[in-house]
Amino acid sequence: MTETAVAHPTEPAVRKATPGEARAPRRSGRRRIALPYLLLLPALLLELLVHLVPMLMGIAMSFKELTQFYIRNWGEAPWSGFDNYTVAIDFDAPVGQALLKSFLTTCLFTVLSVGLCWFLGTAAAIFLQENFKGRGFLRTLFLVPYALPVYAAVITWAFMFQRDNGLINHVLHDQLGIGDSPAFWLIGDNAFWTLLVVSVWKGWPFAFLTVMAGLQNIPRDMYEAAALDGAGVWKQIRHITLPSLRSVNQVLVLVLFLWTFNDFNTPFVLFGKAAPEAADLISLHIYQSSFQTWNFGTGSAMSVLLLLFLLVVTGVYLLLTSRGRKTSDV
Amino acid sequence: MAAPRSFLWTRRIFLTLLTAFVVLPVYVMVSSSLKPLEDVSGKFEWIPSGLTLRPYFDIWETVPLADYFVNSIVVAGAATVCSVVVAIFAAYAVSRYTFRGKRVFTVTVLSTQMFPGILFLLPLFLIYVNIGNATGIALFGSREGLILTYLTFSLPFSIWMLTGYFDSIPRELDEAAKVDGCGPLSALFRVIVPAASPGIIAVAVYAFMTAWGEVLFASVMTNDTTRTLAVGLQGYATQNDVYWNQVMAASLVVSVPVVVGFLLLQRYLVAGLTAGAVK
Repeated sequence: MTETAVAHPTEPAVRKATPGEARAPRRSGRRRIALPYLLLLPALLLELLVHLVPMLMGIAMSFKELTQFYIRNWGEAPWSGFDNYTVAIDFDAPVGQALLKSFLTTCLFTVLSVGLCWFLGTAAAIFLQENFKGRGFLRTLFLVPYALPVYAAVITWAFMFQRDNGLINHVLHDQLGIGDSPAFWLIGDNAFWTLLVVSVWKGWPFAFLTVMAGLQNIPRDMYEAAALDGAGVWKQIRHITLPSLRSVNQVLVLVLFLWTFNDFNTPFVLFGKAAPEAADLISLHIYQSSFQTWNFGTGSAMSVLLLLFLLVVTGVYLLLTSRGRKTSDV
Repeated sequence: MAAPRSFLWTRRIFLTLLTAFVVLPVYVMVSSSLKPLEDVSGKFEWIPSGLTLRPYFDIWETVPLADYFVNSIVVAGAATVCSVVVAIFAAYAVSRYTFRGKRVFTVTVLSTQMFPGILFLLPLFLIYVNIGNATGIALFGSREGLILTYLTFSLPFSIWMLTGYFDSIPRELDEAAKVDGCGPLSALFRVIVPAASPGIIAVAVYAFMTAWGEVLFASVMTNDTTRTLAVGLQGYATQNDVYWNQVMAASLVVSVPVVVGFLLLQRYLVAGLTAGAVK
């Protein structure tokens, strides 16, 4: 391997450009230039077919009067301009009102869920950083919710939250005597909290996994130096561990945010096709309102609005966090 | 240095509560799957009074669970293999070459992560139907269509993670291979792929779990013969009754393969995340 240090001027291999260097030398020929594109081709084609073209179609559909009559031949559906959008954001009419309500519910739900997932994951990862008896077992156990298929896990929670034969009411009502009669958890206002519990149960191990990976990048001697200076465990966590996790957290929170905001599977398995109003997350809401009214144009308009919102939030978030990083590095 | 008592006690209490939270549904799943139907339909019992293995035999009869199983394995397995291969090529290109459009590619691919699935559910359905009408290749309702869909779901994250992993492999390694006469592709397969195997395993685990757990597209894009477990499990609920003991038994049966596989391979996932996603 030491041989590689020797320069081979005749070697036609494409050298990897270091940051200051110009792109791959032209003389290496067309085949070499084409190679990266050939390698990317399968990924590109798949992304085009399954993500980009459908997205463009979705945008086009949002400007069409796409009712069930045109569904097989969507190209012939009449253009309707911004009609679908005006319907979606007319907050005085039922459709817009329901969309706004669902949107606000989703925002509150996402903030709570992401916050709790982050907190549980980070705390668990920090507590399991030092070796103690049972650490390996807990590390494995905590990943079980992540590994379980969504439908199997969520269906179990749905069983636990059953009014008459579920564990939750058995504990709360029969054993602890809370409430005059067993509560409903899967309909009515409680459904919000039910969904939150299930979502956090399913989501926090991802934060745990990511933070654990991030913790491995913190050099041990930083802790040793801090200990020599007399900093206790809590101080070390506050001044070494948490600041070192900054860049990990920036990615983690963004990913959790996007997954939670777009989550369809959890409410769908927990409540079925129509979620109770209190837990009507936006993905399920759009799905349900599209298939209920069979007006896919409006559904598409809602999806596009959702995408725009996510794009703006992500953009602002990335801008803020990258600026924060720059100033903190100085 | 010994940790102070406040730390030890906080840790003990926190970990105990968290363990209870994590284990609770697993306990319910296991214990309820061993109860007769009368028992799961009545008040919940912490300790089952009449243990039975009956539900484990009935689950195969109530719904064609074995067929769903095969469908899920074929779909998730094929999606995983294809996704990993495609991601290896793409990540190699992004990690080792500078080319026009590289930034556009990575940003576009990553941003597909933020698209709400609901946005392309209907368009994709129409595309598959149209391709089917035009070419006779049945994508809608078939395993192939679902494989194609799922393999792109895990692709962005896989490419991202593998690029990070490949970046962490010293370039001297593949340059040495090239000096020894390897072309770029054989350098990839002889040097980089073996060196990155933990990252590749991590990506494979992720891709498999994504496909095994997906519900939305599975419920819209399958028919009676191609239905996967994600949809099939809903079959235990009839108009009048939910066979909760069978639901729990079936949930356990479909979970065991993925959970065991995942737990065996989880250290690779941490390693993969460390090198790839967390930098």
